[in-house]
Amino acid sequence: MPVYLARASYRQRRLRDVMRVLPFVGFLAWIMPTMAGILPASSTVGLYIFAVWMILIASSALINRRLIRQADDSLVDTSSTA
Amino acid sequence: MSFNLLIFVSLTYVAFLFGVAFWAEKKAQTTLAEWLSGPVIYTLSLSIYCTAWTFYGAVGYAARSGLEYVTIYLGPTLVMVGWWWILRRLVRIARAQRITSIADLISSRFGKSGWLGMIVTVMAVTAATPYIALQLKSVTQSFSVFATTSGGPWEQADLNTSALWVAVGLAIFTVLFGTRSVDANERHSGIVIAIAVEAVVKLVALVAVGVFVIWGLAGGPSAVLAQIDASKIAHFEPQGGRWVAIIFLSAAAFICLPRMFQVLVVENPDERNLHMASWAFPVYLMLMSLFVLPIAVVGLQLMPEGSNPDLFVLTLPMSQGENGLAMLAFLGGFSSATSMVIVSTIALATMVSNHIIVPLWLKVRPQGALVSGDIRYVNVLARRLSIAGILALGYLYFRISAGGAALAAIGLVSFSGAVQVLPALLGAIFWRGATRVGAGLGLVTGFAVWIWTLYIPSFGADALLSQDVLTNGPFGLWWLRPNALFGLEGMDQLVHGLLWSLLLNALVFFVGSVFSFPLPLERFQGVQFVNVFEMSPDTTTWTNSEARADDLLIMAQRILGGTEAQALFQKAAAEQGKEGYLPDVTPDFVLRLERELAGSVGAATAHAMVGQLTQGAAISVEDLIAVADEAAQILEYSNELEAKSAEQDRTARALREANTKLTAISIQKDAFLSQISHELRTPMTSIRSFSEILREADLSPKEHVKYAGIIHDEALRLTRLLDDLLDLSVLENGQVTLHVHTGQLDDLLDRAIDAAGGQNGGLRILRNRDREDIALTTDLDRLVQVFVNVIANAQKYCTLDDPTLRINVRQLNGRNVIDFVDNGSGISVENQSMIFEKFARFEDEGQAGGAGLGLAICREILGRLGGEISYDPLQNGAAFRVTLPENSAVVKDAPLLAIQ
Repeated sequence: MPVYLARASYRQRRLRDVMRVLPFVGFLAWIMPTMAGILPASSTVGLYIFAVWMILIASSALINRRLIRQADDSLVDTSSTA
Repeated sequence: MSFNLLIFVSLTYVAFLFGVAFWAEKKAQTTLAEWLSGPVIYTLSLSIYCTAWTFYGAVGYAARSGLEYVTIYLGPTLVMVGWWWILRRLVRIARAQRITSIADLISSRFGKSGWLGMIVTVMAVTAATPYIALQLKSVTQSFSVFATTSGGPWEQADLNTSALWVAVGLAIFTVLFGTRSVDANERHSGIVIAIAVEAVVKLVALVAVGVFVIWGLAGGPSAVLAQIDASKIAHFEPQGGRWVAIIFLSAAAFICLPRMFQVLVVENPDERNLHMASWAFPVYLMLMSLFVLPIAVVGLQLMPEGSNPDLFVLTLPMSQGENGLAMLAFLGGFSSATSMVIVSTIALATMVSNHIIVPLWLKVRPQGALVSGDIRYVNVLARRLSIAGILALGYLYFRISAGGAALAAIGLVSFSGAVQVLPALLGAIFWRGATRVGAGLGLVTGFAVWIWTLYIPSFGADALLSQDVLTNGPFGLWWLRPNALFGLEGMDQLVHGLLWSLLLNALVFFVGSVFSFPLPLERFQGVQFVNVFEMSPDTTTWTNSEARADDLLIMAQRILGGTEAQALFQKAAAEQGKEGYLPDVTPDFVLRLERELAGSVGAATAHAMVGQLTQGAAISVEDLIAVADEAAQILEYSNELEAKSAEQDRTARALREANTKLTAISIQKDAFLSQISHELRTPMTSIRSFSEILREADLSPKEHVKYAGIIHDEALRLTRLLDDLLDLSVLENGQVTLHVHTGQLDDLLDRAIDAAGGQNGGLRILRNRDREDIALTTDLDRLVQVFVNVIANAQKYCTLDDPTLRINVRQLNGRNVIDFVDNGSGISVENQSMIFEKFARFEDEGQAGGAGLGLAICREILGRLGGEISYDPLQNGAAFRVTLPENSAVVKDAPLLAIQ
């Protein structure tokens, strides 16, 4: 396995890194309202939670669509974990 | 709307689902197969996560606790978005090991342990029972809503009857589609399509109700927001850790629930489906939860006080006279309940049959795997009975807890029970150190704590436990109170129970694993699981099989069916390059067969059955060692290759060096030859010319004598040169024989001085005889030869009027050293390094009268004797230092000094 990757595979790995971080970002964002000193109204929190939801979905969709397209292009085994 | 119409619609809908399922099973073999196993259907099938609990319960939950309901959908979203972490690994492992259920995964990982599979199965059934009861309850409640509007209100007996009929109907549907094929790995395409259709129905139904509520009743989104702010759930009030705890719980349950594991992992035909599901399923979840809060708020406002918020989805449209919408909502709820129950019972039935019934059945029939009838029949029957049994249990729970807690509360208790598998599951796929003992102890501990803190209290006070035990602990043991374990008081009951059960579970699992030692098979499976991405499938080779292929075929036929088994064997035989049906029973083949069988009866049973026939029953330590040996051999071989190549490098380098040396030597040899020729030619030339002169007659006798004298001198010189050359050659070739005697140094020096012509030549020699009183045992004649040479050199080259040679004997570093120092001009620095070389002469040749071999010979002699001669540049004149051999008897086995 090469130490340094070509640009395309390098991008692909960083995309996977984003995908790995995404659930943690989502979790932190979603528990954020509970940490507020003065709790906001249900309607505000509701809107916030659904906004985070949509951002997570959009990011995940972008990343996964790119990953699967590249996987189809090159038939690269995406199993390696680095 | 009449109740009979409702029954008619329900039955029609079920018939439609039957049709879809049949159609899909037929099409599964055709061109549509790809689409049927594609990411869209896969994503929709995941929707069984949203059960009747979601469809009805979420609104009730929201009406009671505000936004908290949403946490139940946030957890699964995080798992799907982060599928790269856990799901990808699970799917890969399940495919490599042909996993049939979550119990099978745990059992297979921990040494194909039958016990573990049984424990997980019992836990899963226990945890799922309330959940199935919950579905029955919601369906019957929704029936009762219609019954109330069309006739008299339902009594409890009516509810019980309808629940029974629903349970029976579901059992029939599940048996028909869930147990048609035995191989759980052969996916239930009919069921999957049916639940995909139901997924669409329930989404459409809920969205329709939501749209109707927002735009039809509330008057638009901003009005709904205003209503939320005005309602009793206007304030966001997360209670002590529940928010975080339920996000975590739902995420964990999403993986651990048997039915979710079934659709996520077992029924997943292609790992790449996860790419799409990772964002599409969160979209589904978001849409399902989007309208919950508005429905709840509007329901609270419009519905009369005291009406059940769990049924707002149904009652709200109905109260507005929207019967069609109500019917759609009913079908949505019906779909949610049925799809969950179907998949759940299939998953649980597979577990019960593979991990409890079939192993027991095999055990009570001592003949073993070979002669005990058709396993397929047993397996299918076991599954059908399990399905009926599980639904019966659900019905029983429904009867016991009738009128019990709200839907959401039951659901969360069930979730907490299911996630007790989480520590063992994560340990199984990430930690090679996890052992069977640790997993078993952890599971039992977590399960027990869950039963005590959550399950039993869920029935309510005085149902299974008296109020006294709940408040004071069993037998007055205050630290065992179900809602304040170890005195941890004042916590939310769910958070409390979840915290303790998972904490103790994980702790015991860890400690148990660390302090126990795994079986060989556990360690083997551990590597296969944890390093699944580094493993090519079927990497094992062990040779312990004494089974005969026909025995294996007979057994396989009874599990897989005749055609499939024969096809499998024939294919294996073909791959081995053999004709006919029976392949050689190679380890690879046994492993593959075992995996195929595991797809039908679970890893533990398959392993046990194959083990019975292959004698070994398990991988022994020897087998592992054999595998390790093979690896070691490969390693050794590669090391050898490496060493060889290093050796070749070294050899090449040595050859290059030798070549350089040879070239240098060849050059030196040429130089030496030309030198020799020159040295020989000079005297020969004079001899020839003078002998020619002598031949001419007219010479005076005086001239005659003179020329003859010259010829004689030159001949002598020539002889001397040849003697020296011969001497040197003998010395250098090591052919010299040393004659060792003992003598006094002063005597030797006397002899040398005499031989060199004494002090007659005008050379004054200064000595200290006291110091020369040293006894030497060596080749004395050779040593004298050295001294003669050195003294003669001084005679020749010290050109002063008063030449003096001091001979100084000393002890230096424990060795005797003799310095010969004259008072001449010495040797110039640039020539000092050359004086011991052959033919090294730097001053007037004629005067020197030698061939320049003297010092070279000295060096050779001393080398032979074990001493050395060197030039000492620090003195005023020429100074030669002879270091005598230590105890000079040693004839050195000296190296052959080549001409250098």
